[in-house]
Amino acid sequence: MPMSQDYDLYFTMLLIRRFEERALAEFSSGKLVGTTHAYIGQEADAAAIFSSIAQDDIIWSNHRCHGHFLAYGGDPYRLAAELMGKKTGLVGGRGGSQHIHWRNFFTNGIQGGIVPVASGMALAKKKLKSKDIAIVFIGDGTLGEGVLYESLNIASLWNLPILFVVENNRYAQTTPMEVAVSGSISARFEAFGIKTYEFESSDVLELRPGAKNAVDYVRENQSPAALILHTYRFSAHSKGDDTRDRETITSIRAKFDPLRIQASRLSAEELKKVESAVSILVDDAFLRASADPFPVLKP
Amino acid sequence: MKNTPIMLTVLESLNNALLQVMEKDDRVYLLGEDILDPYGGAFKVTRGLSTRFPERVLSTPISESAIVGISNGLALAGLHPVVEIMFGDFVTLTADQIINHAAKFRWMYNDQVRVPLVIRTPMGGRRGYGPTHSQSLEKLFLGVPGLRVVAPNSLPDPGKLLETAISQEERPILFVEHKLLYTCPVLEYGLGDLQDFEIVSSAGPFPTHTLKFSSAEKSKLTIATYGYNFELARKAALELAYEDEIFCEIVVFSQLNPFEMDPLFESIRRTRALLTVEEGTFTLGWGAEVVARAAEAIPSIKVRRAAALDLPIANSKSLEEKILPSQELIKELALDMVN
Ligand SMILES: Cc1ncc(C[n+]2csc(CCOP(=O)(O)OP(=O)(O)O)c2C)c(N)n1
Ligand SMILES: [Mg+2]
Repeated sequence: MPMSQDYDLYFTMLLIRRFEERALAEFSSGKLVGTTHAYIGQEADAAAIFSSIAQDDIIWSNHRCHGHFLAYGGDPYRLAAELMGKKTGLVGGRGGSQHIHWRNFFTNGIQGGIVPVASGMALAKKKLKSKDIAIVFIGDGTLGEGVLYESLNIASLWNLPILFVVENNRYAQTTPMEVAVSGSISARFEAFGIKTYEFESSDVLELRPGAKNAVDYVRENQSPAALILHTYRFSAHSKGDDTRDRETITSIRAKFDPLRIQASRLSAEELKKVESAVSILVDDAFLRASADPFPVLKP
Repeated sequence: MKNTPIMLTVLESLNNALLQVMEKDDRVYLLGEDILDPYGGAFKVTRGLSTRFPERVLSTPISESAIVGISNGLALAGLHPVVEIMFGDFVTLTADQIINHAAKFRWMYNDQVRVPLVIRTPMGGRRGYGPTHSQSLEKLFLGVPGLRVVAPNSLPDPGKLLETAISQEERPILFVEHKLLYTCPVLEYGLGDLQDFEIVSSAGPFPTHTLKFSSAEKSKLTIATYGYNFELARKAALELAYEDEIFCEIVVFSQLNPFEMDPLFESIRRTRALLTVEEGTFTLGWGAEVVARAAEAIPSIKVRRAAALDLPIANSKSLEEKILPSQELIKELALDMVN
């Protein structure tokens, strides 16, 4: 039985959810050290966007990158190994959670700094007459970084094929957007003459056509666009650092959980199948990775 | 018979190099503020290039951080961008893109990527431009892993250094051009100021040059320097030789980072005394690192450092002259060290 698009989208989101839950658990039990930023709650964004891109598009993601990476088609085992600092990790243990690279997927841990870099890769694509585009992810808090606005100005002036994705989960670490983001998010992009797409939803079926329109617009017009997604993060910013009111988060989760929304479209049989497939993948990823060797410093 | 040589300035040498390398390699792009003709850049290093290569010379808004970031992206995608930062003082605005992005990518991504990026910028004072247009800030970038810092001087061949910098893929390069160097003629071996010197250059793409007086039996001091300050060091050394019969060796670095010390150590083993000359501020400067490494490698040598005072660089000539190290200061320190 060929799986439906509904199934595939749910698979992606569940893989992200279970991977992140496992990573958090391994941190709590002390098997993982350092830091991690779970994507739990935002899975529909990644599933919608990454099912709309082309194979050689350039992706620049930020600290909250695991969901993007898994939706890109990245190997959960290589990611788990990187989180554990193993030689077999995506970058041999040199980068860790927020500094990974595989194929055309890159991430870095400096807020905003990736935006001009992604713009430059978009410029290269344009100069080389390719139809590939660049996609760069930022959060609401990163709207505070100056280099973003330098990049928006140039992306618009030079008609760069780049999609700016703002995942507004309404918090930057502990700071609610009300005290960090003035005015309107979309007006920031519009002021530079950049086409904007804006959605307030955690339903992947609602986001998918919107993401596809935005991606297609950038590719066809060879011009920048912004995709603004208002979303929620259900877990802590990184590990145990949630200062938000528990009850509010619980009730938001009950209402907006993207997995629950999408699960309602799958049969009981499909749900069983997907749970088991994902659990095998995630188990295998973490078990294999934990048996791998640590890297050795080359002189 | 030899033709009378056409004296090329350092500026012309650099400009020619850009022309040559863009002609040869269509992956080379130039980005910067006000670099289009007829203006051709604040110091004219890019003059003529936008006319010749309109598709590959990109005039940018005043956005130093973004243009270095965009160039990082171009480099990651396989092109060879060259960014001009109009005044070296503005590199502070690009520090994040250099330190946390360009210089890190290759190692951080486990050697899976290359960042063949060159950031050219004019540093230095002595032109009365005042506190924010006169500094030598390259010292802030020394010791950044993954970054090469290169400074041309008037020895042959500044243009070759730039061409090599642009063509290599090993790591990003901060290419520091002292403003006063632009109008200096490129020196010729055996002629003019160089006629008294025997010159040995190290192998490698960004060589270190050791200058010795051919007639000297024994040199009493090694002067280590780079960039425009080689002009001052050389003139001071010539005066010391002619007026005081004190012979110095001069070691001129083209590469400031990573530190490659062998030629300097060889010279110090002969002279047992080291004077460093630079235009950045004294504290924690290039000279501090050079002296520390020399002292670790060769015990009981004499060391001194000539550098700018730890002050902003004044606009007024009478103040600027006192703040920046001078030919007189070099002579004074040298005399003090050998006597
Ligand atoms: C330049 C910089 N400043 C601060 C930080 C520390 N930091 C990491 S994530 C974060 C919050 C980012 O918020 P947002 O952009 O909304 O993304 P979210 O974490 O909500 O996904 C902060 C302050 C950083 N990594 N880089
Ligand atoms: Mg946020």
